[in-house]
Amino acid sequence: MTVTKVFIPCDTTARSLGADDVAVAIAAVAKKRGIDVDIVRNGSRGLYWLEPLVEVVLDGVRVAYGPVAASDVPSLFDAKFLTGGAHALALGPTEKIDYLAKQTRLTFARVGIVDPLSLDDYRANGGYRGLANALNMTGEQIVAAVTDSGLRGRGGAAFPTGIKWKTVLGAPAEQKYVVCNADEGDSGTFADRMIMESDPFVLIEGMTIAGVAVGATKGFVYIRAEYPQAVRTMRAAIETAKAAGFLGAGILGSKHAFDLEVREAAGAYICGEETSLLESLEGKRGMVRYRPPLPAMKGLFGKPTIINNVMSLASVPVILDKGADFYKNFGSGRSRGTLTIQLTGNIKRGGLIEIAFGVPLREILYDFGGGSATGRPIRAVQSGGPLGAYMHPSQFDTVFDYEKFAAVGAMVGHGGLVVFDDTVDMAEQARFAMEFCAIESCGKCTPCRIGSVRGVEVIDRIRSGENATANLVLLRELCDTMISGSLCALGGMAPFPVMSVLNHFPEALSPRVGDPEKVHRVTEIA
Amino acid sequence: MGQGPSQHDAEIRRLAEARAAEPGSLLPILHSIQDRLGYVPEAAVPIVAEALNLSRAEVHGVVTFYHFFRTEPPGKQTVYLCRAEACQSMGSRTLEEYARKKLGVDFHGTTSDGRFSLEPVYCLGNCACSPAVMVDETVYGRVTPERLDEILAPHS
Repeated sequence: MTVTKVFIPCDTTARSLGADDVAVAIAAVAKKRGIDVDIVRNGSRGLYWLEPLVEVVLDGVRVAYGPVAASDVPSLFDAKFLTGGAHALALGPTEKIDYLAKQTRLTFARVGIVDPLSLDDYRANGGYRGLANALNMTGEQIVAAVTDSGLRGRGGAAFPTGIKWKTVLGAPAEQKYVVCNADEGDSGTFADRMIMESDPFVLIEGMTIAGVAVGATKGFVYIRAEYPQAVRTMRAAIETAKAAGFLGAGILGSKHAFDLEVREAAGAYICGEETSLLESLEGKRGMVRYRPPLPAMKGLFGKPTIINNVMSLASVPVILDKGADFYKNFGSGRSRGTLTIQLTGNIKRGGLIEIAFGVPLREILYDFGGGSATGRPIRAVQSGGPLGAYMHPSQFDTVFDYEKFAAVGAMVGHGGLVVFDDTVDMAEQARFAMEFCAIESCGKCTPCRIGSVRGVEVIDRIRSGENATANLVLLRELCDTMISGSLCALGGMAPFPVMSVLNHFPEALSPRVGDPEKVHRVTEIA
Repeated sequence: MGQGPSQHDAEIRRLAEARAAEPGSLLPILHSIQDRLGYVPEAAVPIVAEALNLSRAEVHGVVTFYHFFRTEPPGKQTVYLCRAEACQSMGSRTLEEYARKKLGVDFHGTTSDGRFSLEPVYCLGNCACSPAVMVDETVYGRVTPERLDEILAPHS
């Protein structure tokens, strides 16, 4: 009897929509009907509106069915889905689905295709070729390749990755570190989580290459506690890589040693800021450090440290595999390579879109996203996380490029887009930006710690009509103070969404009567 | 009911000493205590401080800085409700109101029968299928008030 492979994602979002129940149902029905199936729990393709997305192989091509509920399973068997039978949920060959066909998957090349914890799958799909090349290069050559690729920090700050590495390479020290910032706290983002859950070896390989390049022998992956599955998957993958000689002493028979450890964060947004992350790794409160010294000179435990986002490190293997020129040839202006856009919120087709820089925002929202989930007009899009501006429909022709977004006062950041329809209360969104900053401020500097609390109060006064005109002036002054006077991006950028509301949605914060819902809520808490 | 915190002292000391030699091990130690006991009791502070040669103030400072560490025992299940922007765009404010009313507690509170603790969370990374809720370590997407009832029903 032949065994048929069935792919059912184990990614958090797929599971949040019932993928585990589907897997149980498929196993049960198959058993009952005497059909031998081999269920592979792959990662997600990132077509989240189609999850749980079940795939089977037909003449070597993966074909998809979705979104599948456990209750659909008997009818799928009736339709002979294991051999590609027709069914209302049939989507045809997965890679021909428009949303996926239009993407350029470099960093996400294997995501959703492989079994995340199969090292064989990883290697059979191009994995560890970058490291093999790196082991035949000098540190200078590896750093030059990363620099020449044009890769910039994908965490949000967009600082050239190669420059960071070069500084660490040139810093003499007996011990150096590689730290991966996997504290993906921005609302509207999940690319780091997907890499860790769906293709963990690519991150391990990227960090290993970083270690080999600069002579660092120890790495830490600092993962948020809100991602329990990513923590588990990374830990398991690290053990597998160690057992196979891809980590530890004498990597692949070379003179290089590199060890990796997962450290769990503890729910502080500020620890996504690199210096407070280092404090946290040292076992302290996540208080932002003054710079200089740069982490590249004096980072973790005072030693030279490469600290990069998951996406930056996960993009390194393909650069070392296919060359700097290959990567650099994608993109626009000074934004080279691909960006992983995470399309979220009130959107019909939300998911992960890896695409070369240069694509207009409008195309992402409407061609990929299909407009709002509710079918109402899109009123605003917050780009780049809770510290990013709310973009107005008049700005939707802006193309994805770090500089072009900055030119309209917006931010590409980590690539997260949160879509809102026209029922959004923009004043409430402005207030939340300040409220969030107040909750998450590390408390080190006054403009952030106190300014955010005052910001909430001033916005409340404006909304209740109390000296609204004067308070609007005050709010702008407060924003200026926070922007100029804060030590890090939290206090320094939390005003951006507020100012974007003032500038592009001025009607939201014009004098008016208090929001009855708000009053109600305050009473209830008390 | 439960044991007093002092009865955990030996366990806490064992967990602290197990990793005391590792650099920067305070957070992993606190995680291991919370994994074991469900929270980090006040009695843990001097024990951990001693094991790591830190002051009590330093350990207390770390425990209270991080939202994830609890200093009180949680309910049997912890319901993490995402309050961040992507969930807001799909109605999480309504869900939040509903959850508070249903459970009769505010954020950081535990129901009087000890079944549920309600915690805010700022992003579960499930933003394409908002609003999101996590119960212990299980994440749910597109959660409406009705769906929340279904999710919590087996635990009630």
